[in-house]
Amino acid sequence: MERMTKAVKNFGLPRIIIIAFFLSLLVAAAVTGMDMAALLGDVVRRWAMYGILVLAMVPSIQCGIGPNFGVTIGIVGGLLAALITIEMRFYGFFDSFANGGAMMQVCIAILLALILSSILGILYGMLLNRVKGSEMTVSTYVGFSIVALFNILWLMLPFKNGTSIWPLAGEGMRTTINLEADFASVFNNLLAFKIGNFEMPTGLLLLFFLACFFVWLFTKSRTGMMMSAAGANPNFAKAAGINVNKMRILGTTISTALGGVGIICYAQSFGFLQLYNAPQMMGFACVASVLIGGASISKARIVHVLLGTLLFHGMLAVALPVANNILPEGNLSEILRIIISNGIILYALSKAKEAGK
Amino acid sequence: MSEKKSIWSKIGNTLIKNNVTVLFVLLCVGAFFASTYTLPSLFTELFTRLGRNTFLVLSLLIPVVAGLGLNFGIVIGAIAAQIAIFLVVHWGFTGFSGILMTVLICTPLAVLFGFLVGKLFNSMKGTEMIGGLVAGYFSDGLYQLLFLVILGGVIPINNSTLMISTGMGVKNVINLKDNLRYAIDEVSMLSIINVAFYAGILIGVILIVYRLIKKQDLQLKKLLTVLIPVIALYGISYVPAIRTFLSTPRLMLLNAVELGVIGVALFNIYKLIRLTAIEKKQGVPIKQLLYIAGAGAVYASTYISVIYQSLCAVHLPVLTFMLIGALCLFMPWLMNTKLGQDMRTVGQNRAVATSSGINVNRVRIIAMILSTVLASYGQLISLQNIGTVATYGSHQQVGLYAIAALLVGGASVQHATVKHALLGMVLFHTLFILSPNAGQQLLGNAQIGEYFRVFVAYGVIALALAMHAWSNRGPKKQRGTLVR
Repeated sequence: MERMTKAVKNFGLPRIIIIAFFLSLLVAAAVTGMDMAALLGDVVRRWAMYGILVLAMVPSIQCGIGPNFGVTIGIVGGLLAALITIEMRFYGFFDSFANGGAMMQVCIAILLALILSSILGILYGMLLNRVKGSEMTVSTYVGFSIVALFNILWLMLPFKNGTSIWPLAGEGMRTTINLEADFASVFNNLLAFKIGNFEMPTGLLLLFFLACFFVWLFTKSRTGMMMSAAGANPNFAKAAGINVNKMRILGTTISTALGGVGIICYAQSFGFLQLYNAPQMMGFACVASVLIGGASISKARIVHVLLGTLLFHGMLAVALPVANNILPEGNLSEILRIIISNGIILYALSKAKEAGK
Repeated sequence: MSEKKSIWSKIGNTLIKNNVTVLFVLLCVGAFFASTYTLPSLFTELFTRLGRNTFLVLSLLIPVVAGLGLNFGIVIGAIAAQIAIFLVVHWGFTGFSGILMTVLICTPLAVLFGFLVGKLFNSMKGTEMIGGLVAGYFSDGLYQLLFLVILGGVIPINNSTLMISTGMGVKNVINLKDNLRYAIDEVSMLSIINVAFYAGILIGVILIVYRLIKKQDLQLKKLLTVLIPVIALYGISYVPAIRTFLSTPRLMLLNAVELGVIGVALFNIYKLIRLTAIEKKQGVPIKQLLYIAGAGAVYASTYISVIYQSLCAVHLPVLTFMLIGALCLFMPWLMNTKLGQDMRTVGQNRAVATSSGINVNRVRIIAMILSTVLASYGQLISLQNIGTVATYGSHQQVGLYAIAALLVGGASVQHATVKHALLGMVLFHTLFILSPNAGQQLLGNAQIGEYFRVFVAYGVIALALAMHAWSNRGPKKQRGTLVR
């Protein structure tokens, strides 16, 4: 019994509640006669869709800056990269690839996102080195202000293609950009197969696992070990001759770059690019996911990403149709998302030991 | 020569220290000249916004003193106010009695919420600010659950004007036009004087009776010095011309300035006479003369046409500004009480506070309760002026704009005063009013100006937080070198 309570304590009460809730939602869906295969397909699709964004939390937590609320910085970098490739497509850049054009475009978008977000990430990491101890608050508000700054940029970008800009007035980017003509679902459809109504987004899932594998490989490498050491105990790391600040910048940059790649994978699955204020709260959802998976403010592993994303986004994927079935009016699943994601962050904050004191 | 240099370097230092404020002054001046606004039109909007939001900004001060940082959780106070407003509108209260009813409902709610948030913050010392922000979002979720699902879904509410036609959930907008709108703003001076008169008489009688029973000294002289002006004002209010002036719902800013000038002048003349004639002090009383001259100069300046027009354009809601003024006086008073001193000690160093016998957790909870209650009143003042409640939106940005305004005034995470709040309100809202127009004029797109002001709000907070964390590292570094 004692062992069990200890196990429960280790696993965390909110996690147990969420798993129980997830399972009961699945049961409710089955009972109300929903198409379980399609629903599970949706769960898997959502899992892979949000996965890389959530993965971005791992390097940031390991390098010691805590959950990266400012992953929005990487996200706007990724959005800019995607916009640039749309403009390139408009000028016929991908025409020569015939059927592989969309795939080529998304790869270039990812490459560009890596570059742009890394540059932003380095600057961001340098800032965070100057505000040790209050990274979470600062990164949240830096993230918010970057989103607002990019709102102005979206209005002023000199792009010409009709996919991105408003049709008549022609000033500024659209709020949501349809990717139908660009790279919508290219990863989802890669090697995709269907069992009944269950759709397997094989390519996207493989990409997600690949990214997880690379990050795992990195954390096992010499540099990755040094980075985790710098995050876990900065003073000890310093004594061991590790350049703590450099490691923090490295972790922040990887996290931000993953944010940039993550949003492109998200957008290609979603089918739309969402500009303006859409990315503002995405950081919170990512933080909540990894925390639900079992991470804390100072510790995170790949397993937490896999489990947390599946639980949080899977739950939302199931909750939406179930909630609509039970209560057609009202925005129950959205309310659920707000309460659960912020509740888990509050829980993690209250469990964290006081920083530096 | 050296003295002069030190003055210049002093000025330079203050400018650098208050860089955010200085930058904002420059931005405001620039935006004003870029925009098509005139001084009167700017004044009108600015004073509307000041009346609306100053109370909310002032509610941020107590947690800063108590070391809890910027209270992003005032959103929760605003939520308490909106729940109370919904109930009051549903039950059909109107006018000032409706406001009193709202206060009656939202105070216990806000106390409860503040207590809970305080408890929560005690378990996350050091990360209260991010905690407050997340707690705000969290309670927004609970609020939506209450207003969209529970009201009407679980608790039946029959009210077709408030509820969505399906009967479940509250509509997007609660219209206050026929019940609470301007219920605080348009309380006339006449009613205020009447209430003050009756309350004054009542309190006076009670005090005299109490002292007679307890056989204490009556202190009649002290009592009369307070009561006589009140009675005199009440008497004067029966003069027909004055009565019509007093019974207008709002006070023109020009008249307010005139009244203020007359008040200052009379008070100083009285002091002057007392100093020279009764106390027979030697030398010229320069201070009083300067005050009188200043009052005269202010009065003279109202004859400048631009200033005259601006002052005529603004009609002040009297009670609202009186409440704000009262809160401005309450803050310094609170800081001088035992509780205020405890808060200051807790804010400076929790370990020291504990060792000197202060219950740190209790003081922090009290600070959060006070802040939450004041924030709920602030939201009430703001909403009765706007006249509509966006059920799912009115509370959301409250914390952001209030905190940005406070920081613009020169406050920091550890130090904030009434002065910072007032200066910040003027600067922040001036830019807020001007930037869409200035964006339209400069770049041909009002949207840019609108995004710019949002960017400024977030940016100011990010900058202040970063600078706070930055300067916090200084002493630690020094300590490190000492150890070495």
